[in-house]
Amino acid sequence: MNRLPALILGGWALLALGGWILPLTPDAIGLERLFATPLSKGYLLGGDELGRSVAERLAAGGGISLLVAVLSVAFSAVLGTIIGMLAGYLGGWTDRVISRLIEVFLAFPGLLLAIALAAFLGPGIDNVVIALSAMGWVGYARLSRNQVLSLRHREHVLAAVALGRAPPAIMAYHLLPLLLAPLLVEASFGLASAVVAEAGLSFLGLGVQPPQASWGSMIREGVRYLLVAPHLVLVPGIALSLVVLAANTLGDGLRDRLDVTSRSRP
Amino acid sequence: MLSRLLDTLLVLLGVVSLVFLLAAVVPGDPVDVMLGEQSSAADREALRAAMGLDQPLAVRWADYLGGLLHADLGQSLLRERPVSTLIAERLPATLALALAAFAVVMVIALPLGLLAALHRGRWPDRLAGLFALLGQAIPNFWLGPLLVLGFSVGLGWLPVSGREDGPASLVLPALTLGTSMAALAMRMLRASLLEVLEQEWMRTARAKGLSARQALWRHALPNALLPVVTLLGLQLGGLLGGAVVTEVVFAWPGIGSLLIEAIHQRDYPLIQGVVLVIAVSYVLLNALTDGLVRAVDPRAGQGT
Repeated sequence: MNRLPALILGGWALLALGGWILPLTPDAIGLERLFATPLSKGYLLGGDELGRSVAERLAAGGGISLLVAVLSVAFSAVLGTIIGMLAGYLGGWTDRVISRLIEVFLAFPGLLLAIALAAFLGPGIDNVVIALSAMGWVGYARLSRNQVLSLRHREHVLAAVALGRAPPAIMAYHLLPLLLAPLLVEASFGLASAVVAEAGLSFLGLGVQPPQASWGSMIREGVRYLLVAPHLVLVPGIALSLVVLAANTLGDGLRDRLDVTSRSRP
Repeated sequence: MLSRLLDTLLVLLGVVSLVFLLAAVVPGDPVDVMLGEQSSAADREALRAAMGLDQPLAVRWADYLGGLLHADLGQSLLRERPVSTLIAERLPATLALALAAFAVVMVIALPLGLLAALHRGRWPDRLAGLFALLGQAIPNFWLGPLLVLGFSVGLGWLPVSGREDGPASLVLPALTLGTSMAALAMRMLRASLLEVLEQEWMRTARAKGLSARQALWRHALPNALLPVVTLLGLQLGGLLGGAVVTEVVFAWPGIGSLLIEAIHQRDYPLIQGVVLVIAVSYVLLNALTDGLVRAVDPRAGQGT
């Protein structure tokens, strides 16, 4: 597998860690840095329209995007897997109700559901995590439902049923381990879309609130100064695309390595 | 066929209920938005009663559904006009944008997917692969400013934003909205063509004397395009969702920018209305595509 994606994701984590640990001042206004271009006057990535350090804001925004992405992927994956496994294993009415519910949630294209939720809940990081989890669980639910449907007639599951194990134990010990590989692949693609979604909500003004920095809000504020200081849009955009590219490539690599598609069709 | 129709109706009912619930459980109060937070308690109660907000949730839900049957999406809180009129005024701009973006998807995805599959592993394929990778990694709200930087600021060919410059003002928004979907459709067509080209009936077609070109156009393409058509149908609806961000980037006067304006003004019925219109159009477009594919390909949907 290619090392570059892992390197980029590691760099993202380091950047986020730096934003949390180092005594940075991403919101500090410095007139001497006003629209400073990258590498000028000793500022690594230059300054923005208020003379704030773009490098420090990039680190702070990286921290936000990592936090939001990891939390919302974790919540969506746990919630979606439980719901999907219940639908696939129990079948009948449970399955019918859950399947309809999945279809209803899939009826909101792109960011629409997250936008609507963020609109009604109000801005803020916690609400962004809620909105993204409400949007994200569906993918994991559909995946685990379909997997369980094809796995529940495997011999080791039938044997466990015959031995009288309770359904929760069967799901946890005999089905979940077989789901982990495809779920891991789904989660790495989910990480990429969560990063884009967080940045998108912040770009629309529905995510983190000023003066707090997020890659999306940096792009939103930078667009106004595209003519005088294009680096305000380019720097956070490049960081965003690198992370998304890395997470997608990681997903592709994991899928090939874990041989997910061929294993799910016994 | 009838059960498909019932399914669609059930999903629509679910969508409407979810949109209703979103607004019903909102922490903010529409009365605050209309009267301001300093208003007297008596005024608030009177307005709540007039708007029916003092009714139980189930009654309000039934009222909402009943209103929808007459295309009544409620009144805007701040603009004192029906939500449906406000949306109808902005809808043409969004439709123009979505259709132009759809054209971008076709113009990029079809030739590129075809070239990539026919020259598998060589440079057209590599180029297409690179495009697919980048197209999916560059979100709308970053691609938009990049294109503006290149074509408007750098080359001065196209307007930066707005809709005042006629068709020219549509080019960059459509490219922005269409690119990531084009990347997806291109990958799909390439994969589907590669699969079809390896089928035995393709060898038969060549064996009975068709040239490679004839076999491609008569046998391979029609079969390879079916899954792509399904995807394109999904995407046309998806473009309505993606238009929200793109319209904000380019100050495009469609329902997406209307939605964001409504959100910042906390105009809840208007937010509800726009979300509902986009979701319902998406569901209907999907159902329509599904029906079309079934009509063209008797194999589709068998066994479900």
